[in-house]
Amino acid sequence: MKRVVIEEELLSSGHFACPGCGETLAFRHVLKAIGRKVAVITTAGCGSVVDGYWPLSASKVPFFHCSFGTAAATAAGLKAGLEMIGDRRTTVLAWAGDGGTFDIGFQSLSGAAERNEDILYCCYDNEAYMNTGIQRSSATPKGSWTTTTPIQNLKEEPKKDIDAILAAHRIPYLATASLAFPEDLARKVKKAKTIKGTRFIHLLIPCPPGWRFQPDLTIKLSRLAVESRAFPLYEVEYGMRYQFSPMPEKIPVKEYIRVQGRFSHLSKKQIEVIQREIDTRWEELVDRAH
Amino acid sequence: MRQLLTGNDAAAEAVKLSRVQVIAAYPITPQTSIAESLSDLVSKRKLDARYMRVESETSALACLIGASMAGARAFTATSSQGLALMHELLHWASGARLPIVLINVNRSMASPWSLGTDHIDSLSQRDTGWLQFYCEKAQEVLDTVIIAFRLAEKLLLPVMILSDGFYLSHFVEPVSIPNQKQVDRFLPERKTRYRLNPKDPHTFGGGVSGLIFAKLKKDMQKRMEEAKGVFQSLSEEFESIFGRKYAAVEPYLTEDAEIVLITIGTITGTARAFVDQARQEGKKVGFLKMKMFRPFPEEEARQALKGGKRIVVLDRNISFGAEGIFSQELKAALYGMDPKPEVIDVIAGLGGLDVTPEGLRDLCQKVLRGEIRSGKPYWMGVEG
Repeated sequence: MKRVVIEEELLSSGHFACPGCGETLAFRHVLKAIGRKVAVITTAGCGSVVDGYWPLSASKVPFFHCSFGTAAATAAGLKAGLEMIGDRRTTVLAWAGDGGTFDIGFQSLSGAAERNEDILYCCYDNEAYMNTGIQRSSATPKGSWTTTTPIQNLKEEPKKDIDAILAAHRIPYLATASLAFPEDLARKVKKAKTIKGTRFIHLLIPCPPGWRFQPDLTIKLSRLAVESRAFPLYEVEYGMRYQFSPMPEKIPVKEYIRVQGRFSHLSKKQIEVIQREIDTRWEELVDRAH
Repeated sequence: MRQLLTGNDAAAEAVKLSRVQVIAAYPITPQTSIAESLSDLVSKRKLDARYMRVESETSALACLIGASMAGARAFTATSSQGLALMHELLHWASGARLPIVLINVNRSMASPWSLGTDHIDSLSQRDTGWLQFYCEKAQEVLDTVIIAFRLAEKLLLPVMILSDGFYLSHFVEPVSIPNQKQVDRFLPERKTRYRLNPKDPHTFGGGVSGLIFAKLKKDMQKRMEEAKGVFQSLSEEFESIFGRKYAAVEPYLTEDAEIVLITIGTITGTARAFVDQARQEGKKVGFLKMKMFRPFPEEEARQALKGGKRIVVLDRNISFGAEGIFSQELKAALYGMDPKPEVIDVIAGLGGLDVTPEGLRDLCQKVLRGEIRSGKPYWMGVEG
């Protein structure tokens, strides 16, 4: 099999991530796929803290910490500035969590996407505000426990469909990617790198402390999310051309849910409701792809 | 070359002459015509810049932070609510030590809506680490922008230039436009030691200890203090090339004055007319124009206001629950002077309320008659 992941490590060990952190692994994969000619903008979030405290930094690439709500705008400005000083080749990567993407950074992202700014935006989605200690975001799935959605008052609303929203901006490239399929992830990043305009890659990031599972299960959970269709893998070009990535056999969502402490309170009936919703969303997606 | 320009036209002209490379702006009255003129200049290729038509002022300043981190020269213009929306990023830009220049066309803060000028919007950003310069004339706006880029890039601190909405932004005045060669000589290309560069990778703005944080803030303060001297020497250099001189504070007939008005922005022009007329009538009045607000020109103010003068501060702002902000700052600067000056605070011209020469005459008469004294601020035009 052809190697798609380069040898050179652009993220050092010694970072501040929790054991089993999916975000750090995803960042490593993404940087390797892009290569050295990159400049990274990151917002407040795990990705900001994990990089380390001055004078140490885990990333071996230029890295700027921007305000929580402005990853896309800061990245767009960086790209414009680099071009104006004569650097047209550096890939500008915005690296933001679900809070910085679905919530506080949403306007900035929508603005940049509508203007088709020439940036690669990667959202590491761990489905809650994990860095501040597991609070609900609009990326939190229905029925999930967080510290602000305790079991007496669970999140009843479905997860915001950020991919459909970004696709509706008709950006040239959008993809979802998973840690369980690193070759597919790297291929998507490499493809995104060659495209001009706003490129959005949505990475589902299992979070051991936030989702309540053992740190050795991060990859397994990533795979279960894809297999259960809770997080299908696909690409969209210009908001219209949908293309599924090779998908494994479908499994019931309870196999994905039952391994996570954040869903441990759910009854069989509640899981059946979630299953129906996932089935519906999957059918909608299949329709769009045909 | 002399042309009739509004303050906003003069601002756009200065941005062009300064060879700004990235502009990001969002429309807001009364700033909008700056954004429009710049868009026109870029579209007609009279200015080689990237113009980012963003969806909010927050994103405007965020774009400039990114652009400035790349090493490009960056500019935006805003007003009132827009500046307030930028608040978080004003701190971010100064903390990241980015030499961004911003023009805020002063407009009152809602609620309720008013398009009129006052300085509450910019003075509310006092502690964000930006230098602040208030302008009296369109020519001064143009010249200050050019000086500001040089100053910002020398100090690695951002600069905010203030222009009174409508009175300055929309009134037409004769303006002398410098030629590009002269400007290029005064303001060469921006040079950066550190920027976001894959060939020389660094991390910027990550977590630091309290000690490092405090050291960095102390360095910002040190550079702010140095800014006064740097501004003065740049002003002298500017004068040697362009023949126009600016100072942190500008005294006008203050030596023998019984009353010294403190003026900021376009009220200075009104005070000029009033003082000239009053002097012809033998009345001993003068004024001190304050151009620089951050850093606060303490020494210059003490020098200009020595001798136990009666000082009337025309504050186009109010810090609710205290008094006008220039009055507070001046009192702190003049503390301990012997003989002691008397500082009378006047809240004047909020929401664009017109301050006229006649109004100033009436005000000075009341001060001389002892009807207005130091203590609580006097609300000019809204007595009772």
